[in-house]
Amino acid sequence: MNVLEFTLLVSLGSLLAGLLGSLTGLGGGVVLVPLLTIFFKVDLRYAIGASLVSVIATSSGAAAAYVKEGFSNIRIGMFLEIATTLGALLGAYLTAKVSTSAISIIFGSVLLYSAYISRRTRSRAETEDPPDPLATKLRMNGSFPTTSGIRHYNVYRVPTGFGLMFGAGTLSGLLGIGSGAVKVLAMDQAMKIPFKVSTTTSNFMIGVTAAASAGVYLSRGYIDPGLAMPVMLGVLVGSLIGTRILVKAETKWLRLVFSIVIVVLALQMIYKGIAGRI
Amino acid sequence: MAASQQWNDQRVEEIIGNLLRAGVLLSAFVVLSGGVIYLARHGDSPANYRVFRGEPGELKSVTGILHYAFAMRGRGIIQLGLLILIATPVARVAFAIFGFAAEKDRMYVVFTLIVFVILLYSLFGSSLMV
Repeated sequence: MNVLEFTLLVSLGSLLAGLLGSLTGLGGGVVLVPLLTIFFKVDLRYAIGASLVSVIATSSGAAAAYVKEGFSNIRIGMFLEIATTLGALLGAYLTAKVSTSAISIIFGSVLLYSAYISRRTRSRAETEDPPDPLATKLRMNGSFPTTSGIRHYNVYRVPTGFGLMFGAGTLSGLLGIGSGAVKVLAMDQAMKIPFKVSTTTSNFMIGVTAAASAGVYLSRGYIDPGLAMPVMLGVLVGSLIGTRILVKAETKWLRLVFSIVIVVLALQMIYKGIAGRI
Repeated sequence: MAASQQWNDQRVEEIIGNLLRAGVLLSAFVVLSGGVIYLARHGDSPANYRVFRGEPGELKSVTGILHYAFAMRGRGIIQLGLLILIATPVARVAFAIFGFAAEKDRMYVVFTLIVFVILLYSLFGSSLMV
């Protein structure tokens, strides 16, 4: 395969990954690395570098649309970014220390977890607990517009959320993904932040987290322009198309298909890691 | 009070959102231009990403990339576009510092500064630690 054919095929695959990622809300990054390593036989480190770049593109590209809705909470995001960026530095540092087989197995496990999270219904009881003193001191409690007026919410368990975010940042730096699933877990489950606020704030945080590991990746030579170019452009175009044609009725079916694809890719990553063929 | 009303969170967020989108579009344009030059010159070479070799020195540092890009080398221009992309969230954080300062929110100015320093360290300082 020559460079031109490789570039065209990779951009097509990335476009599809970006499209599915944005339609299902799972992000394109999770399938990019398996796609590049399993089908295009790309070295895991180049794949992780290219994937991380595309994560920044989708996060920053979607930010303007999310902001207009007025759901994201910049204070929660900024405070937790201290944890995610420190974690991202650690993760990016670890990529050089951990074997590619181990990274592949960890990657597969995170994929399985993401698929599991996406299948679960995200209903939870509204808490009527009094406001958390630490969250109040950090001015994190906020409000957002709903059809029935402004809804106020309180934030809880800030230290737990901060710790989970450090873990999310480490995974992001180690695997070159946005780790949106772990970020949403920290905000939804631990900090009791409403769904709409956590999703949009998480999108904002993903780009900043990825930028923290991108510098380390760049100086290590993980970001190859010839590979990152079709991946970044493909994912960007795919996710932009995805946000345009987002139809609610079809996403349920799409999510199921995409989850199955993710599970298959996850098992392949784990198998390849154990067999030492990556 | 007028100043703090002007600089409320939502207003700051909207400016930041548009800034990010502009950055991504600029980056995509630069990457695409570099890609066209790269493919025109190297499109028929064999593609090989199976073996990790790491990038050459001029594609690994900010100064090296600038040098390579202004020499109109395709791979250098792509890398410059990727640098612009990496800079968009960094600019977002920098802008947020001013936003919080205008709101006279000292605590969040400090938090945001911490994030900003970590990002700068990653971009400029991490090559020293490797």
